[in-house]
Amino acid sequence: MSTVRVRNLWKQYGDQVVLEHINLDIPSGEFCALVGPSGCGKTTFLRLLLAMEQPTRGTITIDGKPLPGEPRPDRGVVFQRYSVFPHLTVEENIVLGLEFARAPLTGRLYGAKKRRALEEVAETIERVGLSPSRTKYPGELSGGMQQRLSIAQALVRKPRILLMDEPFGALDPGTKAQMYVLVRELWRAERMTVFMVTHDLKEGFSLATRVLAFDKVRHDPQAPEAYGATVKFNIPLDDKAERAEIVSKLPALAATENEEGATRGRPWARLFDFAGTTRRKRRESHERTSV
Amino acid sequence: MGLRIINRRPGRGGALFWGALPFLAVLALYLTFSAMRLAENPNDKLLPALSTIAETVVRLAFTPDQRTGQVLLWVDTAASLARLAWGLAVSAALGLVIGIASGLVPYLRAGLSPFVAVVSLIPPMALLPILFISFGLDELSKVVLIVIGIAPFLIRDLAMRVEAIPPELVIKAQTLGASTWQIITRLVLPTMLPKLIDALRLSLGPAWLFLISAEAIAAQDGLGYRIFLVRRYLAMDVILPYVAWITLMAFLMDWGLRALNRRTSPWLTRGMA
Ligand SMILES: Nc1ncnc2c1ncn2[C@@H]1O[C@H](COP(=O)(O)OP(=O)(O)O)[C@@H](O)[C@H]1O
Ligand SMILES: [Mg+2]
Repeated sequence: MSTVRVRNLWKQYGDQVVLEHINLDIPSGEFCALVGPSGCGKTTFLRLLLAMEQPTRGTITIDGKPLPGEPRPDRGVVFQRYSVFPHLTVEENIVLGLEFARAPLTGRLYGAKKRRALEEVAETIERVGLSPSRTKYPGELSGGMQQRLSIAQALVRKPRILLMDEPFGALDPGTKAQMYVLVRELWRAERMTVFMVTHDLKEGFSLATRVLAFDKVRHDPQAPEAYGATVKFNIPLDDKAERAEIVSKLPALAATENEEGATRGRPWARLFDFAGTTRRKRRESHERTSV
Repeated sequence: MGLRIINRRPGRGGALFWGALPFLAVLALYLTFSAMRLAENPNDKLLPALSTIAETVVRLAFTPDQRTGQVLLWVDTAASLARLAWGLAVSAALGLVIGIASGLVPYLRAGLSPFVAVVSLIPPMALLPILFISFGLDELSKVVLIVIGIAPFLIRDLAMRVEAIPPELVIKAQTLGASTWQIITRLVLPTMLPKLIDALRLSLGPAWLFLISAEAIAAQDGLGYRIFLVRRYLAMDVILPYVAWITLMAFLMDWGLRALNRRTSPWLTRGMA
C-alpha cells in the first residue's frame, strides 16, 4: 500500500514561488499523469516526492508517515536523461539494486551470489525485451532501449511508488506505443502508485487513471515570480474500468489529518477549460513579447 | 571542380608520410648544419656528427663507467623513473581521495576547495629551497616537488569532474538503495578512473619538468643531473641522446596511459556514450 497525501505544499527558490498550495490524496495503485505547461514545476513536484528537495512549506506523507529526508528504495525513478549508468552493461545496471542490498561493503557480488542475483533479474530483463542486449553498454542502445533499461533497473528494488519524468519525451511514436504497453503491464503487475510527468495530454489520458494538471491560477503581471503553479485540475478517470480494479479506495484519514480532498465533478469539461486557459495564456504572452 | 581542402583526407600511407615529414625535416636540418660546422672546425662540440653521438650512446648505455663500474644511462634512468613514479603515484592517490571527497561531500568541499585553489597558485619551484631545507637533498624533496607541482591540479580536476556527475545518476543510485560508500565504489570510482588517467597524462609534462629541475639543482644521479653535469663540458653528444631518451619515455608513458584507459573502461569507446 502506498497512499500519498500532500498537504498545503509550497516550494520556493529564493523569491520565485514555483509551487503553491498543493493538496492531493492519491490512493494506492493510482497511475497519475502530471501535465502542464513547461516550467510550471512538474519536475520540481517529482523532486519533492523523491525527497531530492525539501518543501518550503507543507507536508507529504506516504501511508500516513512523513516522507524521509532523502531518496530511498521505496520510491523508484526514471529520468528523461542520464537515466542509466553508462559504465555498466545492461545486466550490470539491472542487478545493481540487488548488489547494493546484499553487499553493503563493496556494493558488488561475486561468484555464486552474483550468478544467483543474475538469475533473479533474468525475468525482468526478459520482460523489458533486453535479453539479447544483456552484455551491451548503454551507449550501444537506442533511446527506447535505454528507457526500458532504466525502468527495469528501477523495478528490481520493488518500489511502491514509481516516479517518471517525461520518460518517453525523446522517443519516436512507434517506440512510444511499445513503451505504453510495457509501462501499463508493469503497473498492473506490480500495483505501484505511479507519477508520470508528460507534456503530451493524450498520453496522459490514455495511460493514467488520474490526470493532475499543473498551472498557475494567480498571476501578477508586475511580478511573474510572485505566484506559483498548483494542481489546477485533479481528474480521476473513473470511466476506466481498471481504475476500480487496481486502484485501492482511499483509506479514511487519521483524526489529525485535515481533509482538503480532491476536487471532483465533470472532468472533461475541466480539461477543455484547462486547454482554453493555456491557449489564452500563450496568446497573451505572445502579444506581450510582440509589443 | 576539386574538393575543398577541408574535405580532402590523407590515406594510411599518406598520414604516415605527413606525420614523418617534420621529423625528417628537423633531422636533415641538423645533419646539414652539423656537417657545415664540422667542416669548418673538426673539434666543434655544438652539433656533433651522428657517428659521434652513436659512439657516446654505446659508451653511456652499454659500457660500465670506469670510475663507478655502473652503466650510466640505466642508473640515471632508474633513479629518475623511481622519483617520477613515486611523485605520480602519490599525486594520483591524493587527487583521487581528496578530489572525490571534496567533489562529493559538501562540507569537505567547503573546507578544502579554497585551500587547494590557493596552494595550486604557489609556484612549486619557489618552494624548492624550502623542500631542500626541510626534507634534505635526497629523494624525498624531489618526490615532494613533483607532488606539490601536480597534485593540486589533479585534485581540482577530479573534484570538478565529480561535481559534474549528473545528479540524476547519484539520485538513481540512492533510489536503488546505495549508501554513500557504495555510491563511491560503484558509481564515482569507476567513472572517475578514466578521468584521473586523462588528467595524469596532462600532468606528465609538468612532472618531468619538476623532476629534471630538482635533479639539476641537487642530485647524485638521474637524467636531469647528468644533463646539467655535462653541460659544463658542452657535451652535446650526451645531452642530445638524453633529451631524446626522456622524450621517448614521456611519449611511451602517455601512450601506455591511453591504452590503459581503453582497457579498463571499455564503455568509453563502445557505442556513443
Ligand atoms: N534548483 C533550482 N533553482 C532555482 N530555480 C529552479 C530550480 N529548479 C527549478 N527551478 C525553477 O522552477 C521552475 C519549474 O521548473 P521545473 O519543475 O523543472 O518545471 P517543469 O518540469 O514543469 O517544466 C522553473 O521556472 C525553474 O526555473
Ligand atoms: Mg520538467
